[in-house]
Amino acid sequence: MTKTGKIYGINGPVIYLKGNTGFQMSEMVYVGKEKLVGEVIGLTRDQTTIQVFEETSGLKPGEEVIATGGAISVTLAPGIISNIFDGIERPLHEIAKSAGAYISRGVSVDSLDATKLWKTHIVVKPGQVVDGGTIIAEVPETSAVVHKVMIPPDMEGTIISVVADGEYTIHDTLVTLRLENRKTVPITMTQRWPIRVPRPAHERFAASKPLVTGQRILDTLFPLAKGGTAAVPGGFGTGKTMTQHQIAKWSDADIIVYIGCGERGNEMTQVLEDFSKLVDPKSGNPLMDRTVLIANTSNMPVAAREASIYTGITLAEYYRDMGYHVAIMADSTSRWAEALRELSGRLEEMPAEEGFPAYLASRLSAFYERAGMMRNLNGTEGSVSIIGAVSPQGGDFSEPVTQNTKRFVRCFWGLDKSLAYARHFPAIHWLTSYSEYLTDLAAWYADNVGAEFVDNRNQIVAILNQESSLMEIVKLIGSDVLPDDQKLILEIARVIRLGFLQQNAFHPEDTCVPLEKQLKMMETILYLYERARALITMGMPMSILKEDTIFEKVISIKYDVENNALYKFDEYKKAIDTFYNKVLEKNG
Amino acid sequence: MVIEYLGLQEINGPLVAIEGVSGASYDEIVEINVGDKEKKIGRVVEIYGDKAVIQVFEGTENMSLVNTHTRFTGHPLEVSLSPDILGRTFNGIGQPIDGLGEIVTEKKVDVNGMPLNPVTREYPRNYIRTGISAIDGLTTLIRGQKLPIFSGNGLPHDQLAAQIVRQASLGDSSGEEFGIIFAAMGVKYDVADFFRRAFEESGVSSHVTMFLNLASDPVVERLITPKVALTAAEYLAFELGMHILVILTDMTSFAEAMREVSSSKGEIPSRKGYPGYLYSELATIYERAGIVAGVNGSVTQIPILTMPNDDITHPIPDLTGYITEGQIVLDRAMNGQSIYPPINVLPSLSRLMKDGIGEGYTREDHQDVANQLFSCYAKVGEARNLASVIGEDELSPLDKKYLEFGNAFEKEFVGQGPNENRTILDTLDIGWRLLRLLPREELDRINTKILDKYY
Repeated sequence: MTKTGKIYGINGPVIYLKGNTGFQMSEMVYVGKEKLVGEVIGLTRDQTTIQVFEETSGLKPGEEVIATGGAISVTLAPGIISNIFDGIERPLHEIAKSAGAYISRGVSVDSLDATKLWKTHIVVKPGQVVDGGTIIAEVPETSAVVHKVMIPPDMEGTIISVVADGEYTIHDTLVTLRLENRKTVPITMTQRWPIRVPRPAHERFAASKPLVTGQRILDTLFPLAKGGTAAVPGGFGTGKTMTQHQIAKWSDADIIVYIGCGERGNEMTQVLEDFSKLVDPKSGNPLMDRTVLIANTSNMPVAAREASIYTGITLAEYYRDMGYHVAIMADSTSRWAEALRELSGRLEEMPAEEGFPAYLASRLSAFYERAGMMRNLNGTEGSVSIIGAVSPQGGDFSEPVTQNTKRFVRCFWGLDKSLAYARHFPAIHWLTSYSEYLTDLAAWYADNVGAEFVDNRNQIVAILNQESSLMEIVKLIGSDVLPDDQKLILEIARVIRLGFLQQNAFHPEDTCVPLEKQLKMMETILYLYERARALITMGMPMSILKEDTIFEKVISIKYDVENNALYKFDEYKKAIDTFYNKVLEKNG
Repeated sequence: MVIEYLGLQEINGPLVAIEGVSGASYDEIVEINVGDKEKKIGRVVEIYGDKAVIQVFEGTENMSLVNTHTRFTGHPLEVSLSPDILGRTFNGIGQPIDGLGEIVTEKKVDVNGMPLNPVTREYPRNYIRTGISAIDGLTTLIRGQKLPIFSGNGLPHDQLAAQIVRQASLGDSSGEEFGIIFAAMGVKYDVADFFRRAFEESGVSSHVTMFLNLASDPVVERLITPKVALTAAEYLAFELGMHILVILTDMTSFAEAMREVSSSKGEIPSRKGYPGYLYSELATIYERAGIVAGVNGSVTQIPILTMPNDDITHPIPDLTGYITEGQIVLDRAMNGQSIYPPINVLPSLSRLMKDGIGEGYTREDHQDVANQLFSCYAKVGEARNLASVIGEDELSPLDKKYLEFGNAFEKEFVGQGPNENRTILDTLDIGWRLLRLLPREELDRINTKILDKYY
């Protein structure tokens, strides 16, 4: 029998029921006449506390609250990819159809289309013994993704019958399974999974492959591993969202889960428009065919904002179980943390730092630890990488969300205000950022890109660091008084900053750059440095070197050498040699 | 059957509590009759059992525990809307105060609004020409955008907003209808009067609806003022197909009012005593800008906020910046040099600019010129810092050029008359003239082809 209770008190998104209702912690409930979705977040002998995922205006004491018997869960089946959901997996297109331009309350829509027929290919036979996670059928979900229907993780048994290949809905029985206790259960395409529980995997591997993003400063300087975690902190206007968009567009993940958590409505519209138009360079399919959007914009209810992060990662884990590499963009985890704070305040919990609840750190770590490169239950390999944007208050990285996030991620891409003011994009600062994956990935880079890749990268970083300490002096006395070898370091650092680190997201060639070109660019810059240094050692002043346009020429390599025309780099090597000889002849 | 409740249990600042209530719903509006002389309006902000906590918009003056009759209306705060609201003046909760009588209409709309579904939004792409170079050239305003002005006390943000209203050529494409919604929250009488005169002088008064909550008006009322104003804006834009520019001033007073009420409710404060839901509350206001797909109209917002102590990291500008699509930042030092408008372009930004400018919208070189101006002006700062240490004479010739560029940029590009209305081509041409002060190889953000054509 379903348990029910009656509303006693209401305070914003939090409602109270009196007495011992017998509800379970984290159970999903329907609140009031309009059946608003809620979750149990507190239980005592004489009071049940519930957070409601929708606007609570108009609720009255005495209205009924019905328990569903299950934790707040998502529906997992074909139809997820290329869809856009709110924080509790309600499809926004369907809401628009039934409720118009605005999201009204108590809209009851199925998460996934239950009537659509999917072309299904069964891959198991009667008599086969199967465990949780075993793939039983394949369904082409979009042009880019084959959905693999699996036995739910907590089941095992013997298949006693299968249907023929054909077209089925997500609720049609595909396979009948006899469990060990001799019961038979029908298996459909659909699974339900509670969002706050990680889906199980067989084992977790160390990171060994990078998530290639086509962004030079990320791939070369601060790479992220597949299955890794990264944080992108930055004040407003520094380009967090832009960085997330670029990774979502160009990274070599199989599936992208983009969570717009408490961000702007127009941004989600933009992602939706852009990703439908843009084509994945590798597969030739629209980007939307590998993307799921979860949109809980800042004006949508706060409790659903808190849930949206978990909904997103559960969807990601589900696709990981099929053997895909999934990347999650969470924009922004600060909004999620603030939702925690807001709800915690409504519950009158004792605040810790800056009003955030004391459990902020443990919630953050639980979220980031759901990333990883896994051997799945069915033996396939898949990964979930998390890239979380952080919006620190006042752009100050010492605030609790940034600091706690830093403890749990291994890759930190710090965005810098002064770079953004000078419109140096991506405004990721090379001195504050780091990646702990560098050593893990060194072998991969050596095998797949070039033996000297990591070495070159380290030289580039060293030059940038030298520049930074020289700039301390320049700030005090100007650059004219520096010796020529130091002036050269400043000049080469300028070439690196403008020609390599700066990347134009709106330029068709420069927006995504293959690793080979990144390596060649580094080689060319370092070759220029080596030749120029040779000249300086011979006593040539920097002013003579600068008369040549070679520095400018190397800076615009990013535009002038197309991504598929890497042979042109030989010309640059020649041009540098010509420059060297010319200077030597004239002044030698 | 209407039940009236006699008396109150408790009065605490703007909040009152009534016990023994049955059937009150969260967020509903109550009418309070005070001693048969005065009628006040309140909103249910908390219910616990049979106790309802009510926020009284007009303040709790003259109320006692015994002299009130309270009636629950059963609906959230609604505002009457019709095309006649244009040209009218209302108080902060949408009641006419211009002596021209009530708005006669069947249409009553819940002021809380509902979140616009991202799939039914249309991404804003059409730019609004304001005739102000620093805005048109570097932080272009787009129709359907929310672009706040971050200012400080004593800075000319009001003049700037009035100039934008005057010059914004909202109507110049195909004679589309435009309108202005002006919402004042806790502003001085003089400020409201300044805007009224500015609207009259520019002859747009018949297109303006004003919602005024002045500094002397009840604090709680201003919590609802932006919501009332935006409900009117949404009606005009999405039902009547007009292009609406909404000016909200001053958002700082709005946030202060929220803090005041939150603290009298005994809520747990987060940053600087502001309640934890400040972000969500600001977002429900700012996010009500935009364009609905398939509808003619648009809502563009220019909120004005005064940064306490000119501190951009203060929670109010900080949270605002995270919600809005950019910001225009006014600078006290520039104002001190009599540069009008004193827009500090470096921290200013328009996020929607990139999609609404360039070929087909403004001119092909717009984005490059803007990037280059930003980048060069950032270097001016470095050169100035250096000059302050080693003296201007010791600077390298290049740094000297940057200083010259910087001064010219502030005077000629940013600076302009309060009535000067520049076209976008004028603005870009001034930009090029300034860039020519610098050697060509310094212009590293501009495509070579464009450089050949314009440098």
